[in-house]
Amino acid sequence: MIQIVDVYRSFGRQQVLKGVDLRVPARAIMAVIGRSGSGKTVLLKVLIGLLRPDKGQVIIEGTDITQLSGRRLDEIRERVGMLFQGGALFDSMTVVENIAFPLREKTKLAQEEIADKVERMLASVGLSDMGYKYPAELSGGMKKRAALARTLITGPSIVLFDEPTTGLDPILVHATHQLILDTHREFGYTAVLVSHEIPEVFDIATRVAMIHEGRIIEEGTPEEILKSSDPLIRQFIEGSLEGPIRPL
Amino acid sequence: MLGFIERIGRTVIEWLAGMGRMMTLLLTALLWAFVPPFRLQRLLRQIHFIGWRSLLVVVLTGVFSGMVLGLQGYYTLSRFGATAMLGPAVALSLIREIGPVLCALVVTGRAGSAIAAEIGIMRITDQIDALTVMALKPIKFLITPNILAGVITLPLLTAIVDVIGIYGGYLVGVQLLGVGQGVYFGEMQDILSMYDIKIGLYKSLSFGLIISWICSYKGFYTRFGAEGVSQAITEAVVMSSIWILICDYFWSSVL
Repeated sequence: MIQIVDVYRSFGRQQVLKGVDLRVPARAIMAVIGRSGSGKTVLLKVLIGLLRPDKGQVIIEGTDITQLSGRRLDEIRERVGMLFQGGALFDSMTVVENIAFPLREKTKLAQEEIADKVERMLASVGLSDMGYKYPAELSGGMKKRAALARTLITGPSIVLFDEPTTGLDPILVHATHQLILDTHREFGYTAVLVSHEIPEVFDIATRVAMIHEGRIIEEGTPEEILKSSDPLIRQFIEGSLEGPIRPL
Repeated sequence: MLGFIERIGRTVIEWLAGMGRMMTLLLTALLWAFVPPFRLQRLLRQIHFIGWRSLLVVVLTGVFSGMVLGLQGYYTLSRFGATAMLGPAVALSLIREIGPVLCALVVTGRAGSAIAAEIGIMRITDQIDALTVMALKPIKFLITPNILAGVITLPLLTAIVDVIGIYGGYLVGVQLLGVGQGVYFGEMQDILSMYDIKIGLYKSLSFGLIISWICSYKGFYTRFGAEGVSQAITEAVVMSSIWILICDYFWSSVL
């Protein structure tokens, strides 16, 4: 389980997170929706300890990671995976090398065992024949799948997705969402998914939280959010120009 | 007036913070060099990248600087009837001064810029954050091998420039201008001392550190997308070149 308690984070004079409170139950898929610049990615980076909050707590499986550093923070990170917006695959490595990388670096598995795991993971994400390719030779959708395979290879109990479908065509958006659902069923992780894909993301999320101007303004099941009467949520879901949110 | 003072204050603070980050990066990278697991494969890759792949340009630098020294040295020395001193003049100039400096400047342009670009692109495409998320230490993984490879490789490349340069001087002085082969090498053997070679070695060691440190630092702290990377590369090359020249003067005056 993840618990975010009254988290603040600023960059210079710009206050990005202004007291975020959020509870993500174990094995849930929590979709965090909100406008660009509302603090979604910053929230994910705070969650994995890439950014330290100015104030507040981030409790992952009972441990407040804001108080940790060095080896103790690494121990938590080993249980958490993150899929970056652009995939963040290592350019100098092939897909197979990318996926095998965390196992080679963090485990003492034999080469054959690593190769076997990588092969199975490639099959899980539908990239069985692409292992020898470099990231630059892959399409956007393939890169996301390869990055997801690398994220899941160590069997994390929590996976953070930073806009996993940005820049993909509608078919690939559905395919990627389906892949997240399938791997969630197969590996049973807790997911926090930042997304702009409305309403598609409601099909895979078990909980949805809307972030606006650095605060979570509502959290509930997808049905509850879809039925919400909050004018901010209504305008965002409908993509309307009219309402309390100024378009530009 | 207050705004002006504020701006000066901010610039000084930013400069000091930058120096602090640079020193912290170096000390952390050096400290990680002694902590297992040792990333020998990555170190060998960087030695190959900085050393082997700079070889052609370094050899060309050595040949032509040696030839120029041979030519200019011959005409200068012939005015005093001292062409017999051509060998020592070429060797001393190369080993003490021109070899280490030219080699370092060439390696900065070829490998230093590439180091800054590679790490900078890794930064803006979240690859460095990905390493952190995997509970790996980006400084240990990326910077430590670069710094070690720089310090190992530069003296070797400088030695190649020196040797090739001496033969470049031989080509012009002995083969084209008629200085005796025995005189060229004999005088060189008499006058050149181990101390001269040590000076060149100290210089090339420090230049290796400067190039790998500054270029890695500039790449590691790249910001603002593609423009940030190009700015980081420019700053890395300019700053490394200037520090190489400053450091060269320092060694020349101290030793």
